[in-house]
Amino acid sequence: MATLFIDNAPYQVKEGKNLLEACLSLGFDLPYFCWHPAMGSVGACRQCAVKSFRDEEDTRGKLVMSCMEPVRDQARISIQDAEAVGFRAGIIEWLMTNHPHDCAVCDEGGSCHLQDMTVMTGHNYRRFRFNKRTYRNQDLGPFLNHEMNRCIHCYRCIRFYKDYAGGKDLDAMGAHNHVYFGRSEDGVLENEFSGNLAEVCPTGVFTDKSLKQHYTRKWDMTHAPSLCQGCAMGCNIIASERYGELRQISSRFNGEVNGYFICDRGRFGYEFVNSEDRIREIGVKGKPEIKDRDSLLRTAAARIREGSVLGIGSPRASLESNFALRKLVGEDNFYHGVADTEFDLVNLTLRILKEGTVRTPTLPEIESADAILILGEDLINTAPRMVLALRQAVRRGPGEALSARMNVPLWQDAAIRQAIQQDKAPLFSITPYPVRQDELATKSLYESPDDISRIGFAIAHAIDPDVTEIKRLSDEERMWTAHMAAVLLRAERPLIISGYGAGSEAVIKSAADVAWALKKSGKDVRLSLTVPECNSMGLAMMGGHRLESALDAVAHGHADTVIILENDLYRRAEKTLVDEFLQKSRHVILLDQVYHQTAEEADVIIPAGTFAEADGTLISGEGRAQRFYQVFVPDGPVQESWRWLQQLAEACGNRTLSHLRILDDFVLEIAKTCPQFEGIEHIAPPSDFRIGAQKIARQPHRYSGRTAKEAHIQVSERKPPSDEDSPLSFTMEGYHGIPPSAVVPFFWAPGWNSIQSINKYQIEVGGPLHDGDPGRRLIEPGDAHTPVFFAEQAAPFPIRPDCLYLIPQYAIFGTEEFSVHSPGIASRSPAAAITVARADADSWGLRDGDLLEFQFNGQEYKLAIQTNQQYPRGMGTLPIGLKGVPFMDLPGWIRLKPVERS
Amino acid sequence: MDIDTREIRFSAERLAEVYEIIGRYPEGRQKSALLPVLHIAQAEFDNWLSPEVMDYVADLLGIQPIEVYEVASFYTMFNLKPVGKYVLEVCRTGPCCLVGAEKLQSHLETKLGIKPGETTPDGMFTLKTVECLAACGFGPVMQVGATYYERLTPEKADELLEQFRKENKRATYC
Repeated sequence: MATLFIDNAPYQVKEGKNLLEACLSLGFDLPYFCWHPAMGSVGACRQCAVKSFRDEEDTRGKLVMSCMEPVRDQARISIQDAEAVGFRAGIIEWLMTNHPHDCAVCDEGGSCHLQDMTVMTGHNYRRFRFNKRTYRNQDLGPFLNHEMNRCIHCYRCIRFYKDYAGGKDLDAMGAHNHVYFGRSEDGVLENEFSGNLAEVCPTGVFTDKSLKQHYTRKWDMTHAPSLCQGCAMGCNIIASERYGELRQISSRFNGEVNGYFICDRGRFGYEFVNSEDRIREIGVKGKPEIKDRDSLLRTAAARIREGSVLGIGSPRASLESNFALRKLVGEDNFYHGVADTEFDLVNLTLRILKEGTVRTPTLPEIESADAILILGEDLINTAPRMVLALRQAVRRGPGEALSARMNVPLWQDAAIRQAIQQDKAPLFSITPYPVRQDELATKSLYESPDDISRIGFAIAHAIDPDVTEIKRLSDEERMWTAHMAAVLLRAERPLIISGYGAGSEAVIKSAADVAWALKKSGKDVRLSLTVPECNSMGLAMMGGHRLESALDAVAHGHADTVIILENDLYRRAEKTLVDEFLQKSRHVILLDQVYHQTAEEADVIIPAGTFAEADGTLISGEGRAQRFYQVFVPDGPVQESWRWLQQLAEACGNRTLSHLRILDDFVLEIAKTCPQFEGIEHIAPPSDFRIGAQKIARQPHRYSGRTAKEAHIQVSERKPPSDEDSPLSFTMEGYHGIPPSAVVPFFWAPGWNSIQSINKYQIEVGGPLHDGDPGRRLIEPGDAHTPVFFAEQAAPFPIRPDCLYLIPQYAIFGTEEFSVHSPGIASRSPAAAITVARADADSWGLRDGDLLEFQFNGQEYKLAIQTNQQYPRGMGTLPIGLKGVPFMDLPGWIRLKPVERS
Repeated sequence: MDIDTREIRFSAERLAEVYEIIGRYPEGRQKSALLPVLHIAQAEFDNWLSPEVMDYVADLLGIQPIEVYEVASFYTMFNLKPVGKYVLEVCRTGPCCLVGAEKLQSHLETKLGIKPGETTPDGMFTLKTVECLAACGFGPVMQVGATYYERLTPEKADELLEQFRKENKRATYC
């Protein structure tokens, strides 16, 4: 610790930080633009100037940029010094000369860092009386709006998009007072993290285009702490609503999970909540008169009572909802609504994490890995946020080495970047096809899943001879396995990544073997295994039977009434199987949020709340339990699935859920009866939590129009809904200070209206939130013991004539079930086609766009092909889940129909 | 301008020069050669950098076109619009102004009928004002291509213009 004198008062601060971070961490309001805690300092905007004094005798001092000066013990600075105050006022006046002052029509207004800093600095009278420079704006695609006239040239957008996220199509052009931040021409900003520009930009140059469709000021929206449902990363988000419509998703800082940033699927994939396809009404086939809750419960209960019932759970439903279903139907009748292959992969993953010796990494642990091996995973499409973390990881090693050697602090971003150029920490990526992370990799190999696992096991063997030796490796493979093993052994914090992406248990096992072997040789290794959906891990931890068994149970007459929880079975099993299953079931009761093929076939449809209309708990791929909270109470009969199921059980006379009424009851019951979930009751404060007898307000205190916004329906103000499930209130009444980290509905501090107010919620700037970052890890590896390695001898991947080994492929935009309801996301979906090696296509006489006819599991299919030169021979990929692609439980061998040559 | 119909490709000779420059930098850092290659490209293709020329340079260096635009748009010595055969770059910084640069500039404006940034209709001259040319002892200074013309007077400027008209050869930096 160092003693820093600020305006003659001593403060204890951490060394190694810069003065700006130190001042902000101490709670001072010091204006800044170009600095960002995740991106370091460049000293470009000159806004954070302070006076620095040599010693106590020095009365003149000199101006320094606080973001560029390291904290030194006994240093003396002044924020209040008249010259520093004047300098900062001058800077903002200069920055504002060309700013259009169009706050009234700007989407950023009310959550604008530039507004806040202008007010903070006291620039409130405008002296510039000349013409302002103007720009032509660009169409940047469906996600972001561009308004260059507002730019103050802090360069943050470029530093995020290009330097931090690796984007290639945004740059700074021109010089002097006519610098232009944009693309070379109109067109979609291609980087998968582009949406963060809306938060990174301190003013309204880049704003959220989806919010623009139904624009509302930040202060006029109801916000709630929520979780992204787009994948299993568990990114924390803020969901915001007005007029019963979900209007915006923004990132909610969690230092352990997503830091400041989220991906574009998470930010823009929310529009299904407002979609025309939403299930909002109760539907009972043949009985259109049943529209209210009670008659529905009576009808459904009668059907459940008269038959033998089974329940199908869901990896996209909360723990509470799955638990309620399992209670309702009984443990023996609870099945997982996931494809059988996925069931096996996720259960294997869970076993490896529970019984193995290696922990999963948190986000900071990923970012500080110094050697990385990726086996089989196309990460940008299976766990997008992880790629952003890996991008920081590969830069960190060389950066730290240089920082130590050249005595440049690590936060001096420009200097470090300049000095390391393209130097990267070792990252090896072995995948079935070219992937985005290749640009981070020191070496990429493209191999079939079989061969990926063989290489993985061989690396493990090279690290620890106890692992079975893999025979028949090619010379090149042998060379690379030896090299990769040596690099991993040299590292201090190696990270192994694999998961469901390649659809192969062997690949996951080989990743586990490498990690366990490294652990055995004393390395502080981490193992990250991706799983598909937001609660895949929670569902696997809960336990249950395979979907296949559910189909069998109905086929053999063991069950005839089916309750399906938040699931479209046509995305889980092949069409013929699901058709037969639904036809043979006497009653099909579906609780879900959006219409889909299964809903067409269901007899009873029960409208379930989306994440914006429900509370619940999810377990991320990391094994972290986190809570999401309802944003608003929807009109009509929509409510949480767990609440429906509890009421359904009651109506059936099933007493197992009688004692559970509110969310807390469910959470406590789960923690009590399922030891694997012990601790979930502590991840967030209970519903009776109060601060000074107050609930935490979901609405900012400036929320406007409350008494008038429904005047066109009814003049008198409706009674606001009460929230018995959480410590949050649905109105502006309540506590507006800093609440416990798990229940932060929005970030705001006096004078800090923009997202930059996060600074005030952190113990120290850039560090964890007050109260610790939310969530609790439920899976920790067992005590140190000798692992039983998986590796066994396996033959190299065989290329079979007239056959193709087809594996699933995922797309960040397109293959996820709900996010494609957002038009922007849908517009960026890839083509529905099988991709194969060009040489294979040539041998069949097929070219790009030609149709490939094939058989799989007794069914015939016909799909267009795309060719790629870098694909391994004998293997193809299919984007499962994409519109226009029939479900197949891949991977598997497909038999090609002979191609008729013309 | 005949640039639109011309194929954007360096002559073998120029290409060898370009590869020599690229070869000075380590593998994977070909971008370092961007500035000298842009100068060659500008000299080669009518003294300005069209988007096509910049794309060609990007391709040669294996970088994104936008990385070239970023650099080319930063420096005033790169012309991003077509220019006349002779770009008259008149220094407008203090010392030159003190000894008659403003008079020189207004003389050229009248004589050629163009303002700074404009080109004569015959495509012969472009007038441009520039910052200090580091020849303050010899002002007023004007740079045309790679040559400095010093201690200029309106009369000397007239002679120069005549001379350029007679030569009728594009003046470039390299």
